[in-house]
Amino acid sequence: MVRFLLKRVMLAISVLFAVSVVSFLLFFALPADPVTGMCPKNCNAERLERVRTELGLNEPKVQQYADYMKGIFVGRDLGSAQGGECAAPCLGYSYVNSEAVTDTFARVLPVTLSIVLPAAVLWLAIGVGLGMISALRRGSLLDRISIGLTLTFASLQLYFVGAVLLLIFVYTLKILPTPRYTSLFEDPVEWARGLVLAWVTLALLFSAIYARLSRAQMLETLSEDYVRTARAKGMPKRQVYGKHALRAAITPIVTIAGLDVGTALGGTVITETTFGIQGLGRTAVEAVRQGDLPTIMATVLIAALFVVVANMVVDLLYAFIDPRVRLG
Amino acid sequence: MGKPESASSGKPDRPSVPEQRSGEDPYLRVSDLRVRFDTEDGVVRAVDGVSFEVARGRTLGIVGESGSGKSVTSLAILGLHNAKRTSITGEISVGGRQLVGLPDEEVRRLRGRDMSMIFQDPLSALHPYYTVGRQIVEAYRVHHPKAGKRAARQRAVDMLGRVGIPQPARRFDQYPHEFSGGMRQRAMIAMALVNDPDLVIADEPTTALDVTVQAQILDLLADLQAEFNSAIILITHDLGVVSQVADEVLVMYGGRAVEHGSVEQVLRRPQHPYTWGLLSSVPSLHGDADADLMPIPGNPPSLINLPSGCAFHPRCRYAGRNGDRSRSEVPELRPAGAPGHLVACHLSADDRTLLYAEDIAHVGVAR
Repeated sequence: MVRFLLKRVMLAISVLFAVSVVSFLLFFALPADPVTGMCPKNCNAERLERVRTELGLNEPKVQQYADYMKGIFVGRDLGSAQGGECAAPCLGYSYVNSEAVTDTFARVLPVTLSIVLPAAVLWLAIGVGLGMISALRRGSLLDRISIGLTLTFASLQLYFVGAVLLLIFVYTLKILPTPRYTSLFEDPVEWARGLVLAWVTLALLFSAIYARLSRAQMLETLSEDYVRTARAKGMPKRQVYGKHALRAAITPIVTIAGLDVGTALGGTVITETTFGIQGLGRTAVEAVRQGDLPTIMATVLIAALFVVVANMVVDLLYAFIDPRVRLG
Repeated sequence: MGKPESASSGKPDRPSVPEQRSGEDPYLRVSDLRVRFDTEDGVVRAVDGVSFEVARGRTLGIVGESGSGKSVTSLAILGLHNAKRTSITGEISVGGRQLVGLPDEEVRRLRGRDMSMIFQDPLSALHPYYTVGRQIVEAYRVHHPKAGKRAARQRAVDMLGRVGIPQPARRFDQYPHEFSGGMRQRAMIAMALVNDPDLVIADEPTTALDVTVQAQILDLLADLQAEFNSAIILITHDLGVVSQVADEVLVMYGGRAVEHGSVEQVLRRPQHPYTWGLLSSVPSLHGDADADLMPIPGNPPSLINLPSGCAFHPRCRYAGRNGDRSRSEVPELRPAGAPGHLVACHLSADDRTLLYAEDIAHVGVAR
């Protein structure tokens, strides 16, 4: 088990390293020149060159990468043009926002977390619950209704469902405020009221997918020999389904849920755009549009971090659920 | 090994009906059992009027190809079919209780306690996520809710030891994938016997095992039967296994019984052309090693559209000998000479003796 853990952590670190190198190279591969962003007016070759030196862009690329990583882990001095001292984790300075990238993220990250995490809890609870019940009552009216509904919702688009919900609850019934982010720690009620539509929209679409997945998994598990064995032992149905079948059926769902949550944390652009909330996703898209290289890089890194961490959590859960995995 | 009072006192005295050969009351009596599944393609008559009895301490071997209805019969006895899609008629009497029509909950209480099952492939029949010990403890505590954790564990460890698993206390905490195939089947047997059941159904218990382990498992079953005096149904397609452990044999084809008798009768003086086919398709160690085996031509019939008359007639070499009878008339199970030996075939007794001597007696293990 310890070996398994160590292996997973090492793997995660090497993936992150690779991502950081690639995203760093992006910086140079993209057609935008960071320096033009620095001196928008009356730029001449001499000034450009001075800025270039100031930014360290004339250093060898390896040196630049080392500086960047050093900034992340121990902080670095970016020079007066970029806000001076930048404490760890320093992700560079955005010329577009005139702000340290770390500060931008400190602002938008809680927004995305606030959207995704509660939504994930909702969609997992509703989706898996509905799927399991429908599998156990296969062929019943409930099952058929659930199949119809989930197929419908799984085929709908976020911005459509989101817009309809907005129209109903915000503009017609006026029982919810226009979606916005309030810090959970300042005012939990406003936090929930401002984001509930985003949660429900995400949950509706994702829980449809999860209900279908859980139903299929559960049906497959119910036909397994060990479920028959459990019944042959004389165990009550509730225990057979609730213990033996559920545990096996849930395993693949854990994997997919982990990946989905990880990906969603890396940015929920469409949700944020639909509800006009500034989170990680919109920040990333705007950065790309404006050629805001340090922000793009940081976004890629953070999204990768979420995916890698989610993967690791999935692996650990997997090992916890399935003893056969612990051998690896 | 004792059961709590409630378990043993729950069993009413069995009516004393004299049994043909052993002179003991049959613990299990199945009569005219019919199992049907409604499917989209039609009604599957998986078992169509099968009767047999098994007494305590005796072993009945049920033999037949895949789809002959042998597993369906055993699952029906345990009440493991999906009640919504299955129609079961006839009688299944276990220890004097009529199980057909009994509420699910009552059959569940008997399952695993009075009657239990050993499944074919222990790797898929044991839950991969739970330790072997935990699964046995679970089987025990379902029927002994008052048993403490420690007592249940001790009981499970004892059973593991009893079925020949070395270091049972250590093995208790291992998972099925950490067991070898033979050890897994032993664990499965320990689980099936943990509540000291009176009826054990073993569904192809050795099919997934290699031959040397097979023999060990069969010996173990025989030993345990001698110790616990349980009635055993052994389902198999392997006549070698039957000859080794069974007292009686029931040969099934297309959901019906085609031959029934003692092992001696059915294997030494088989009366049904299908049984002949089974016997002459098994290689023998004696005699000419180059001699061809005689497989049964064709495939098992569809249980939705069973051939008319004798279901075996499309594959039977002798079907034409009685004019059109094999095609038009379902043969009944009738005495075939020796007491207790039954066969469902339109051939006359003389014909059967003659044909067997001419065509079959020198092929495969039939010699």
